[in-house]
Amino acid sequence: MSTTGTGTPRLSLTVPGRAEQAESQHPVKIAVERLNFYYGQKRALENITIDLRANVVSAFIGPSGCGKSTFLRTLNRMNDIIPGTRVEGTVRIDGVDIYDPALDVVGLRRRVGMVFQKSNPFPKSITENVAYGLRVNGLAGSRAELAERVEQSLRAAALWDEVKDRLDESALALSGGQQQRLCIARALAVRPKVLLMDEPASALDPIATQHIEELIYDLKKDYTIVIVTHNMQQAARVSDYTAFFWLGKLVEYDRTERIFTAPAEKLTEDYVTGRFG
Amino acid sequence: MTVDAVAAARPVPEPGTTRRRVFDVGFRLVALATLCLALAALATLIYSVLADGAGRLSWEFLTSYPSRRASAAGIYPALVGSVFVIALTGAIALPVGVAAAVYLEEYGTHSRLARLIEINIANLAAVPSIIYGLLGLGLFVRMLSMGQSVLAGASTLALLVLPVVILSTREALRAVPGSLREGSYALGATKWQTIWYQVLPVALPGILTGLILALSRAIGETAPLITIGALTYVPFLPDSIWSPFTVLPIQTFNWVSRPQTAFLENAAAAIIVLLALLLSMNAVAIWLRDRVQRRRAS
Repeated sequence: MSTTGTGTPRLSLTVPGRAEQAESQHPVKIAVERLNFYYGQKRALENITIDLRANVVSAFIGPSGCGKSTFLRTLNRMNDIIPGTRVEGTVRIDGVDIYDPALDVVGLRRRVGMVFQKSNPFPKSITENVAYGLRVNGLAGSRAELAERVEQSLRAAALWDEVKDRLDESALALSGGQQQRLCIARALAVRPKVLLMDEPASALDPIATQHIEELIYDLKKDYTIVIVTHNMQQAARVSDYTAFFWLGKLVEYDRTERIFTAPAEKLTEDYVTGRFG
Repeated sequence: MTVDAVAAARPVPEPGTTRRRVFDVGFRLVALATLCLALAALATLIYSVLADGAGRLSWEFLTSYPSRRASAAGIYPALVGSVFVIALTGAIALPVGVAAAVYLEEYGTHSRLARLIEINIANLAAVPSIIYGLLGLGLFVRMLSMGQSVLAGASTLALLVLPVVILSTREALRAVPGSLREGSYALGATKWQTIWYQVLPVALPGILTGLILALSRAIGETAPLITIGALTYVPFLPDSIWSPFTVLPIQTFNWVSRPQTAFLENAAAAIIVLLALLLSMNAVAIWLRDRVQRRRAS
């Protein structure tokens, strides 16, 4: 896997001009305002205000423990299941405050899918993994419909051709990269609007990583993607916007090529050029 | 010189350590001796039971009703009664125990009430079994008018094993990786769906192992069943959960208290059958646990 170099990072997929276009074409999907997050007494996120746009890939970068994963998990209220945590501020997705006490968290998590750092397929068959989200949300329909949704999702995750002959085999028999794509397929099956990815390739080899990155690039046509990564080349390759976090604060947020070529903050520049982190 | 070489290869212990090393070796020997003592006692017990009872073991012994003549007596009703009572005990203890453990582990983990219940469950596990017998007599036999039935016996034994089932189920639930729960929640599953479809299936072998080990303790219980009034002489088979019954330990107890040596042989033979039943239950539990461990390792 590539490590942080000292030279100028490659920007192979971010062609100049694309991002400017994006700004006009892509409305704000997720609007976060003055978000504070606490683990017990400890404040893990400080005053985060950020607008994430629809149908683009936004990357969160920063050193370990900077709060980027914690922030990602506030976007589908995954932190709710950790006891002793507290949130202040607002997160609006399509204008709806997701921390409104009247909001249905289960419905939110269906609309905001998540892929984890370590692939976590269920110890069931490949089909059952993909069908699970449909079943629990009452979207399964007839057997034929279900089979079709499973196939669509596996195709969307670029996994169909590799597994179509063994759909009833255990998902645990797949390779690491295939398992992670299965987790993506599983998330896509319930047709979310937003896909959150927490270092989805950090446990994978370079080839599997490339598969995932190509997949992310394809998926942004249909989904709003937010990805946490501590691999800066990966952020530069796959994302349109990049946010740099440091010690629980959002230091800088801009189009990816600006973050990597002409950051406004000295701290960002030091980080992306590998002077620390 | 050679003396020097030996001295160099085997360095002289530092002064003051000799006593500590002697103590170290001594402690090891004492520990080994106590272990041998315990094993010898067990071996003697098994040997004497086998020597006394092996001669009485036969198909007739397993399938005959009790009799005043020792040579004609068998354990058929007691064997069927034991299996019936234990199966029913499991059927009662499993759902109740699992539900209680799920509440404590998944829902109430951090509430004060849950912590209070938790401490008391640990205490309940240490309560002498005869106390459960008294409770069963008062509650099931009299208050709920179950009489001295299989159901009353199984309910009493279920209460007895419940703390153990709850504790082992909690262990099994705790061993389910958190990533599995997160994956389920992230797809929009509710807590109940996550528990039912993901957590319980993964925890099931562990839960069953705990249940079987708890039941293999219950199958040897005599005191609580005598307390609730299980019969000692049963010349018929229990045909429903309402019917009177006896179990192997009670049959054994009955025979041991007779003066004739022939009945002592019967008692020894009944003990062999009980031990065989118990060991095969434990074997199933170990097999289940091994399967889980192998699956986790791969």
